[in-house]
Amino acid sequence: MAAKTDIGPPNYKTMLPPVIERNYGNWLYHEILKPGVLMHVSKSGDALYSVRAGSPRLVSTDHIREICDIADRYCNGYLRFTSRHNIEFLLDNRDRVEPLIAELKDRGYPVGGTGHSISNIVHTQGWVHCHTPATDASGPVKALMDEIYDYFVTMKLPNHVRIALACCLNMCGAVHCSDIAILGIHRTVPKTDNARVPNVCEIPSTVASCPTGAIRGDMKNKTLTVNEEKCMYCGNCYTVCPAMPIADPDNDGISIWVGGKVSNARSAPKFSKLAIPFLPNNPPRWPEVVDAVKNIIEVYASHARKHERVGEWIERVGWERFFALTGIPFTDQHIDDFDMATETFRTSAQFKWR
Amino acid sequence: MANTNTPLLDELEKGKWPSFVKDLKQAAEKNPMAKDLLHQLELSYKDKIGHWKHGGIVGVKGYGSGVIGRYSDRPDLFPNVQAFHTMRVNHPTGWFYKTDTLRKLCDIWDKHGSGLTNMHGSTGDAILLGTTTDHLQSCYDDLSEAGFDLGGSGSALRTPSACVGPARCEWACIDSLDLCYNLTMTYQDQMHRPMFPYKFKIKISACANDCVASIARSDLSVIGTWKDAIEIDQKEVLACAAAGMNIQKEVCDLCPTRCMEWNDQKLKIYDEDCTRCMHCINLMPKALRPGKERGASILVGGKAPIVRGALLSWVIVPFMKLEPPYDELKSLIERIQDWWDENGKSRERLGELIQRLGMRVFLKAVDLPAVPQMVKAPRTNPYVFFWPEDLNKEVK
Repeated sequence: MAAKTDIGPPNYKTMLPPVIERNYGNWLYHEILKPGVLMHVSKSGDALYSVRAGSPRLVSTDHIREICDIADRYCNGYLRFTSRHNIEFLLDNRDRVEPLIAELKDRGYPVGGTGHSISNIVHTQGWVHCHTPATDASGPVKALMDEIYDYFVTMKLPNHVRIALACCLNMCGAVHCSDIAILGIHRTVPKTDNARVPNVCEIPSTVASCPTGAIRGDMKNKTLTVNEEKCMYCGNCYTVCPAMPIADPDNDGISIWVGGKVSNARSAPKFSKLAIPFLPNNPPRWPEVVDAVKNIIEVYASHARKHERVGEWIERVGWERFFALTGIPFTDQHIDDFDMATETFRTSAQFKWR
Repeated sequence: MANTNTPLLDELEKGKWPSFVKDLKQAAEKNPMAKDLLHQLELSYKDKIGHWKHGGIVGVKGYGSGVIGRYSDRPDLFPNVQAFHTMRVNHPTGWFYKTDTLRKLCDIWDKHGSGLTNMHGSTGDAILLGTTTDHLQSCYDDLSEAGFDLGGSGSALRTPSACVGPARCEWACIDSLDLCYNLTMTYQDQMHRPMFPYKFKIKISACANDCVASIARSDLSVIGTWKDAIEIDQKEVLACAAAGMNIQKEVCDLCPTRCMEWNDQKLKIYDEDCTRCMHCINLMPKALRPGKERGASILVGGKAPIVRGALLSWVIVPFMKLEPPYDELKSLIERIQDWWDENGKSRERLGELIQRLGMRVFLKAVDLPAVPQMVKAPRTNPYVFFWPEDLNKEVK
């Protein structure tokens, strides 16, 4: 018999713990009891305890079974994952919270990621499973989280800091509105494989894929040419034409972007802006990237006012001061030259010297 | 332990944060695909380059999406990942699970694939990482039997996602979970059979804190809000002050519209000036609550950079009541998708099409009135279009 199609996902209503079923839509307030532990209290007086634990996101089935075992022991088998890939154990019994945390600690799960902390880094596949990456994803994330672990398990920052990593400009991790974004970039033009183009690529759609009009069809030779002065290495042509590989081990690397947010709290959502145009790919632990991000976090932590997100702090003190305080060199790469570039140029005589 | 030789990746087993290398090795012990993946990744760490070829078209019967084709470019070294396709499994809305459900997923994946997953992928699906072409259909059959279905990929509606909403959050202005599940079930065809110019993402956040980043990451963003006054419990405001919160400095002074006054006794909110940003409510969950007339703002166009630059979604409906069966929203979604389908070029996202043809043309096509809430400011250039019906009207 053929399998059923279009049945949709399992109905979430069948996955909710009884305390949530009883109090759905009826929550009154919540408190963060300590890093990683939320208490939501309902109008009925019921309380739900969520214990948040870090995850590498790339997990084996045995790891998931271990999480299930823990959830069976402490949560009657109910758990959820967060939009930042943390695991949340859902309990209705406060007495089980501390024993659960003790077991999680024993097994090496960090408990935290709540309030003014650095939660898990949202990231992409990288070299593990993608065909367009300019860097790995899981590796730099692991190396960085090792170094900033303390910010996950405490809540001592001015506000939360959302970090995300995307290993190329396709940004399936959509990092473009993060407090700190780590973005894999190419820096050299795609190398057209003239012999393969006629067999695997559609010339008009490849030409159309280029945001800067750098690609032209060479109909006589049934191939494509790239104008090196116009190409900004986005790799979109490679997405539509496999005969234009762009990966370049010697020149690919990582750029760092800062000051974005998606929440509407206080200031409007905003894009992250370029802080560091390029850092090298140095596996296995990407020391330049780890140091650069840690530096930005530490400067933010010591200069921002309470409740200021990274972008709000920078906008208050000014970008000129951000570069002075962090010691990050400002270059002509920081000045936009794409479509809406002039919107970012200064149109006043108001600025700081540093 | 499996016999592995991965000196570079071994470095990433050190440190306090949970290590994905540990998981790779755990899977490699029982699964030859996972073992080859581990060693191919080690080679990438050595070569500083990915070793996956451009995808190919693979799938399961009746669907055009849900499976991402993936092939190694070094099948000579790693024959077990020669084909290593991803299956996207639509997550239960809000990422809630019972352990028996998760265990079923694990058993199916151990039977058919590498035993490696992402919990979860960026769009929200549970990602089953890596299986062979001839396992795709049988894996799907087992998933379907166990009550799972695939998510979206390619030029289709992608798996919609929602914040935790009223299941746990006191700030939920809409039932983000019910709406997300309802839309997911309504639009199964659009998810599983790519028929659009490009991908289309829907994300639903039940308040303006936007925990699923809908404004940045979805073509159609639904963000919960309210129309009337913030509810205040003055006793709890005093309790916040007594507990050490500097209400003037931390709440009133950080309000983006300065619509609050505090005199050490009472908090006064000038609600007509409030833009419902959530800051004060975030700080004092016991004292302040969203108003009672609740619904959502609808925004469109958000996306990451490729092709013509990143966009944040734009307000097109300042306020919509959202209650089952959500006909008003569904009708709007269908009008939007029809216009996009009719006018969009291949690989042109909704936001890029609106940029190309103009918000004015879009609003007329989907039959929405222009209102000041849609803009930060009116235009500053004089290059104004008029519709033919606007002309000669004023002539007496």
